[in-house]
Amino acid sequence: MNAATTLRPAAALAGTDLVVDGLRCASCIAKLEHGVLALHGVIEARVNFTTKRLHVAHDPVLGTDALIAGVERLGFEAHLLAETRTVNRESKRLARALAVAAFAAMNVMLLSVSVWSGADGATRALFHWLSALIALPAIAYAGRPFFESAWRALRQGRTNMDVPISIGITLTCAMSLYETAVQGPHAYFDGAIMLIAFLLGGRLLDSVMRERAQDAVASLLRKLPDDVRVLGDDGQVHNVAVAEVLPGMCVLIPAGDRIGVDGLVEAGASDVDRSIVTGESAPEPVAAGGAVLAGTMNLTSPLTVRVTATATDTVIADIARLMEAAGQHKSRYVRIADRASRLYAPAVHLLAALSLAGWLIAGAGWHEALLIAVAVLIITCPCALGLAVPVAQVVASGALMRRGILVRDGAALEKLAAADTVLLDKTGTVTLGQLTPIAGIPEDAAQRRILLALALGTRHPHARAIAAALRDDGVVPALASEFREVVGTGVEAVFDGRRAALGRHDWVAAGAHAPEADGVHTWFACGSAPDACIRFADAVRVDAAAAVTRLKKSGLSVQFVSGDSWAVVRSLAHQLGLFARAQMSPADKYEAVSRLEAAGKHVLMVGDGVNDGPALKAASVGMAPSAASDVGRQAADIVFFGDRLMPVPVAVSAARRTMQVVRQNFVLAIGYNVLAVPLAIAGYVTPLVAALAMSGSSILVVANALRLRGAAR
Amino acid sequence: MSIVAILIPVALLLGLLGLAAFFWASASGQFDDLDGAALRILIEDESVASRDDGA
Repeated sequence: MNAATTLRPAAALAGTDLVVDGLRCASCIAKLEHGVLALHGVIEARVNFTTKRLHVAHDPVLGTDALIAGVERLGFEAHLLAETRTVNRESKRLARALAVAAFAAMNVMLLSVSVWSGADGATRALFHWLSALIALPAIAYAGRPFFESAWRALRQGRTNMDVPISIGITLTCAMSLYETAVQGPHAYFDGAIMLIAFLLGGRLLDSVMRERAQDAVASLLRKLPDDVRVLGDDGQVHNVAVAEVLPGMCVLIPAGDRIGVDGLVEAGASDVDRSIVTGESAPEPVAAGGAVLAGTMNLTSPLTVRVTATATDTVIADIARLMEAAGQHKSRYVRIADRASRLYAPAVHLLAALSLAGWLIAGAGWHEALLIAVAVLIITCPCALGLAVPVAQVVASGALMRRGILVRDGAALEKLAAADTVLLDKTGTVTLGQLTPIAGIPEDAAQRRILLALALGTRHPHARAIAAALRDDGVVPALASEFREVVGTGVEAVFDGRRAALGRHDWVAAGAHAPEADGVHTWFACGSAPDACIRFADAVRVDAAAAVTRLKKSGLSVQFVSGDSWAVVRSLAHQLGLFARAQMSPADKYEAVSRLEAAGKHVLMVGDGVNDGPALKAASVGMAPSAASDVGRQAADIVFFGDRLMPVPVAVSAARRTMQVVRQNFVLAIGYNVLAVPLAIAGYVTPLVAALAMSGSSILVVANALRLRGAAR
Repeated sequence: MSIVAILIPVALLLGLLGLAAFFWASASGQFDDLDGAALRILIEDESVASRDDGA
């Protein structure tokens, strides 16, 4: 024990969870933990490397901003988790149930092996009683996930995979208990508990996969500031929650901040990035009198905005409502395992009832006939079926995750495999959503250094794009003097006595002839050198054409839906050979998807912005790049990383291969039933045969599913 | 066969012990960060004296 820590006052500690980017190795963990511990007021810091999170216990005086700043000084990027929920994890519960079931299965199997190898009389009775003693409490505990789910389904008048499982297990246990009491030869405790263990294994894999993907998506979500700076009548600035902002209030918005309100610009001139809300790629200049939307970014200089709508009336709130409606209208997807059990369960129960009736008619006693019916039930219990789907999906999504594609749940793969139409958003999806200079950057090294120095002096997106491109080329900025920024116009400075300027044409090269230039562009002048027009384009993902071709080859019909202007969309659509629609509002996109869905198509929507949210929700399955808006990422079923579009066709073909393996597994599982059921009906199935058949078919389907390890290609 | 009367309870008890250990480990967060645990072994703890108890 260290004196310094014990001497601290025992005040209530605050706990903060941060998501940290840039954790790669053991020394990162050590550096971060020691570095954060050294901050004043931090009592405990613990990195969770698996989830890339840092838990800090600290003095409440130490604010989150100070904490994040401290982490950033150590060379890591950190942000607050959007939701700090500590839900009771399903996988933990399933893991405990599996541990109990596996423990019980091992011990019961030990006793069963002695019975099979010839123990009889009092020994057999003792072993059966012992088996019952171990198996019944274990089944009661470990079987709860199945019993609860079956009960829920039955109460709602539906049926799912868990109904035949629960009926089978309950009947088997009851029959085995009776058999034990009358000292009969066949008790199926081993079969029942082994069945539960196998099924729990499948269930556990399924939930681990889902939670891993959901954790990863949750880590991407940033907590947004939910208050804005309001300028009061007394000239003081107050922080007011977004929900309490009233029309008529005056809000100050610093450069680089997200605009929290809909309103009209009162004072200031700046550029606004609206791509998240409208899908337009070029930043839009605003000045006094112009309108701004909540959710957009203020880029270059501070603005004062007069609020025109309350938080519930903003454009972004309308989109949120549309998304909610889309979520409600979406019909509940029934997973393939549950669809299979709709046919399977009645067939199995009918078969068991028929064999009971058949043997009674043939003159067998109640006891013998019941025993055979239970043998039929346990042989047909969907053990391999319960594993067939989750194992295949877990192996496939593990392979996809290694390729940087996060699948949020198994149902997403099933829906993706059925997709026949792809709608692509443009900005941020087919393109990277960032401007890059495509022409006009000077070749001369000295001019490039001057240009970089100018570009670094302002936050304007054009300048930032130039700076990023030049820095990638290894250019070092020149030394500037008399630096001056004219907001909304450009920047100028003096380099070695030469004036250089970057900005609008009429300001940079006033009086000079302005050549026609369409698209996004800016001008650069340096001394006596000729003025250069630097053009920009929203860079298309490098493999966009290849990805679209591959999607078409897979038999999908691909279309563009964009919120951007027709001029921008047309050239790209032409380049990729796609049918395109431009200037679509969020509601238009939602309409387009719903119309296709209503016509019986299965739509895969790929989009990133807030404006794609309703469409992502309404589509059968949604995909979003990881750089998407939080709304887009949360609405999507699948999130992909990186700056390529290829993950979309890769995910589609992996999903199709997965469903192929799932169907093969169904055939294997049912084929085994076709062989084993006649034996059971004929009365030849003993507990030993049941146990062998069950494990044999389970191993078979798992082995088949493992072939999917290389599915993400 | 009377040896069974001793052996079976012993076997069950040992198994239960393992099960209890798993429950404890799961509840106390031993499985929360498996990748991190694999890396932490590589961290050289040069400042053992200044940390409270190595936690």
